[in-house]
Amino acid sequence: MRTLLLRSLFARPVTIAAPSAENAALTEVGHALEGRIRRLYGRSLTIREVDAGSCNGCELEIHALNNAVYDCERFGLRFAASPRHCDVLMVTGPVTRNMKVALERTYAATPDPKWVVAVGDCACGCGVFEDSYAVIGAVDKVVPVDLHVKGCPPRPIELLRGLVALVDKATAKG
Amino acid sequence: MSETLQTLLQGRTAIAGHRPWPRYEIDAATWDALGAALAAGEGTLLGLWGDEGLVHMALSAPTLPTPAIVTLAVPDGTFPSVGKHHPPAIRLERAVCDLYGYAAAGAPDARKWLDHGAWGITAPLGSRAPAPLADPVAYDFSPVHGEGLHQIPVGPVHAGIIEPGHFRFTANGEIIARLEERLGYVHKGIDSLTTGCDIDRAARLVARVSGDSTVAASFAFARALESARGISAPPRAVALRGIMAELERIANHLGDIGAVCNDAAFALILAYCGILREKVLAACDRVFGHRLMMDKIVPGGVAHDPSPAELGVILAMLDDIAPLFADVVEEYDDTPSLQDRTCATGVVTPDLVVKWGAGGHVGRASGRDFDARRNLAYAPYDDLGFLVPVFMAGDVDARVRVRIREVEASMEMIRMLIDSLPDGPVRTQATGASAGEGVAVTEAFRGDLLVWLRLDGSRVARCHIRDASWFQWPLLEASIENNIVADFPLCNKSFNCSYSGHDL
Ligand code: SF4
Repeated sequence: MRTLLLRSLFARPVTIAAPSAENAALTEVGHALEGRIRRLYGRSLTIREVDAGSCNGCELEIHALNNAVYDCERFGLRFAASPRHCDVLMVTGPVTRNMKVALERTYAATPDPKWVVAVGDCACGCGVFEDSYAVIGAVDKVVPVDLHVKGCPPRPIELLRGLVALVDKATAKG
Repeated sequence: MSETLQTLLQGRTAIAGHRPWPRYEIDAATWDALGAALAAGEGTLLGLWGDEGLVHMALSAPTLPTPAIVTLAVPDGTFPSVGKHHPPAIRLERAVCDLYGYAAAGAPDARKWLDHGAWGITAPLGSRAPAPLADPVAYDFSPVHGEGLHQIPVGPVHAGIIEPGHFRFTANGEIIARLEERLGYVHKGIDSLTTGCDIDRAARLVARVSGDSTVAASFAFARALESARGISAPPRAVALRGIMAELERIANHLGDIGAVCNDAAFALILAYCGILREKVLAACDRVFGHRLMMDKIVPGGVAHDPSPAELGVILAMLDDIAPLFADVVEEYDDTPSLQDRTCATGVVTPDLVVKWGAGGHVGRASGRDFDARRNLAYAPYDDLGFLVPVFMAGDVDARVRVRIREVEASMEMIRMLIDSLPDGPVRTQATGASAGEGVAVTEAFRGDLLVWLRLDGSRVARCHIRDASWFQWPLLEASIENNIVADFPLCNKSFNCSYSGHDL
């Protein structure tokens, strides 16, 4: 009975070591933030995830950020249920024509200052879905993008590197 | 009906070059009669899709030796609606109409489904006629009449990290009187992209129809293509495909078990399942070089031949997670407050899963004893003994329990497959210029997944993928009736239908 609970109380953490901010991501974020109004976030960013057409592979890996192994909250990153509560929109998928308006409205509902992170090859370019009547393509064709995290899907560690860089940059200049 | 499904197809000559199951060209009257026979419960609809100038329907029946595909020419752009007899066909016909412009005559629901008026054209695989952009919000939800009813619109952007879709709840206080889904938001035009496309690109597209089922879809695509070519993958590759498919099943079921419990506010199990899932994906990454094993099943075989040490990584991972998973199961069993939420919630009745031919945990939790690995047996499962868990309650709890038993069965299967792994090559030449048509069904973690394709030399002339979700989404609407609004996330997660796999 309750072995899990007991084990949880006495177990050592399973969390992996914090990744260092990847240089390329840092540079990109640096450019993105230059000249913008900045606010001190107190090393905390709230993220709203928007699937604008993904195959759901990217969502699986974004989900993994919340598990005990990656535990993104220790970096001050947390996921919110509403765009009105967030600083960062994390957008996946090639933006489909059927999702364009929803993405624009979500962006509009996000308070300034805000950042947009495009996650996955589809969100960064168009992935394998190029040349479809149903797809607009990269996220930056619909809303401005501050950070690109490539991969199909990017591993959680790659997502973390990108986001850590985003937090570091946002606060250092804030 | 005067004629049975069996007699309707008896004595016909199958189209040459369609493998492994027969495809028959039929006339409109037979098409219509087949629809009525399906409605009479004589068989199961496996899929219905368009092609240039044609509509195809896949069906199975206990009276047929194998599933069959029937094809109807639609020279005047209409075909008799199957949906008017047999509701599971309704959304499929709406999709055919949106993509090809072929109308299902007599269809009970003529509303657009995938076409939200945002493409700038209609019938992208048919006339491609220019069309004005429509207001994406404009959609005629079914009218609801009654005292004290109110509507709750949810989506397409949802609160969690999930895919987009719209749910229109009609509730009386806290009680849901009706749920109506509106899907199609992540429609990417996959039917069109895989039409007249080279095989490698088609394979990459099929692997990205629904990321959580990438292995199962690539498995079905490879088998369909190999059937069309009349070749088969080497025995070692076949066993490795089975290992990958079961790893994918375990990883997804772990994610779902955790997420269902979390939606019942029991986060401890989510935390543990998250760790277990991570261990599985990390092992997949080490062995196959990709956490979801995307593009690792290829036409003709598999892309990577694991070394004995790499196979050891999988076995060690299984040894590691098995006792932890047993603890998770014990925790689930020992927590009445959790079962208070999952038991008797979101019930799907056995007659509905049979009628809809709902596969996976949705069907097996409501008594439908069907698993494509056994009922439409394919290698490597054809000579592997394994348990197909079936429950009768049809509630969230039963869908969780199906997954629990399947995780255990899959762990056992992987051990058996590694134990008896044949030596030899892992890929045969699958390129060439032959024509042919192939069909295959694999058991993805959420149910049977069908891939049908027609080759034209070295290209895919047409390829259609039918995810299990097509026949599960409508049952989610049924399951939620008379439940409280707050239990919807729980029910939805217990189904875990694919939006992308459905929207294509
Ligand atoms: S990048 Fe890959 S995993 Fe992500 S949505 Fe696109 S196809 Fe899916």
